[in-house]
Amino acid sequence: MAETTASGYIQHHLQNLTFGQHPTGGWGFAHTAAEAKEMGFWAFHVDTLGWSVALGLIFVLLFRMAAKKATSGQPGALQNFVEVLVEFVDGSVKDSFHGRSPVIAPLALTIFVWVFLMNAVDLIPVDWIPQVAMLISGDAHIPFRAVSTTDPNATLGMALSVFALIIFYSIKVKGIGGFIGELTLHPFGSKNIFVQALLIPVNFLLEFVTLIAKPISLALRLFGNMYAGELVFILIAVMFGSGLLWLSGLGVVLQWAWAVFHILIITLQAFIFMMLTIVYLSMAHEENH
Amino acid sequence: MNINATLIGQSVAFLIFVLFCMKFVWPPVIAALHERQKKIADGLDAASRAARDLELAHEKVGQQLREAKAQAAEIIEQAKKRGNQIVEEAVEKARIDADRVKVQAQAEIEQELNSVKDVLRAQLGALAVGGAEKILGATIDQNAHAELVNKLAAEI
Repeated sequence: MAETTASGYIQHHLQNLTFGQHPTGGWGFAHTAAEAKEMGFWAFHVDTLGWSVALGLIFVLLFRMAAKKATSGQPGALQNFVEVLVEFVDGSVKDSFHGRSPVIAPLALTIFVWVFLMNAVDLIPVDWIPQVAMLISGDAHIPFRAVSTTDPNATLGMALSVFALIIFYSIKVKGIGGFIGELTLHPFGSKNIFVQALLIPVNFLLEFVTLIAKPISLALRLFGNMYAGELVFILIAVMFGSGLLWLSGLGVVLQWAWAVFHILIITLQAFIFMMLTIVYLSMAHEENH
Repeated sequence: MNINATLIGQSVAFLIFVLFCMKFVWPPVIAALHERQKKIADGLDAASRAARDLELAHEKVGQQLREAKAQAAEIIEQAKKRGNQIVEEAVEKARIDADRVKVQAQAEIEQELNSVKDVLRAQLGALAVGGAEKILGATIDQNAHAELVNKLAAEI
């Protein structure tokens, strides 16, 4: 590994490959964390986007392949696998969402499988993919993070898309007036119009926080879990770099144990993200709040 | 870990994947699933219908078997009765025939007897006349004594 100190190693592992405009002008990759910061908002994490899009493509192409050949007769292995997932997601959606919407079930399926795939990259030993990136680029200091969901941009991006859908369906189902009413006339209401007018700011404060908390919690829950998981993997990897035999041996055991535990976490987090999306959207569809 | 335009890129990618999934992945798979569900339901229906049909067929077969047995028994019964009847008829006929033959034979015997009697009577008459002729030594006029002879013959 390129870095000699443990903290340098960890920091290197937590830095994204950022492509953006240098403050001095000209576009290119940031080589240090400080450079990446200076690039401001209009910069892209190439590793996050690359991995997430690649995994997303694997998802849609694999499922498309199964869907194209989908038969009501005897299903093949791939179709069987896809059907299990589709039925699982369909069941989850039907349990929580009682309206009819052509969007929610495919949305939930996409979230579940995509997030699961992105999370699953976490099980690949932390140095493998960055090493491959170093070999390909020839730059020994190139930062590269393979697990897209440990980048808050990725989780927040998905959460904001879900948030946009929540607002869209709230307005579509209840009308713009109904949506504003939901934000301002609850939970405190009064028959007296003056008292009601006084209560509106209080209600709005409460309801707005509730509303805004949805995407934030959605994004940060996934990000926090995956980030913490990755950090533990990195810390275990530091043990290998210590050069001490007993510490490396302990590292092997811990790596295995944490990976096994992580299998549960990556699935659970993907499921939670999907489930909360369904619940939020079903709340957006409900008329009487 | 900076918040930057990756956010937008990720949102766009997410929406594209969701749209693709919505248009090209979900509908065919769910359609196939529903169709299979329907097929299975139909199959189960057909199976239970077939089982019911089988039961009905069994019942029908049993009933037909019972009917056939009853019919066979009836036929045998009739045949026996008919056999007895035939035997009885034959016996009756034989008896009648025998009676008839007997009556006929008796009549013939009677007739034979009578004719023999007649012949004997005539011969006896002639013998008596011949005897008397010899005794008397004279010829008796056949015609004058015919009446007497016939009367004698009738008396024998």
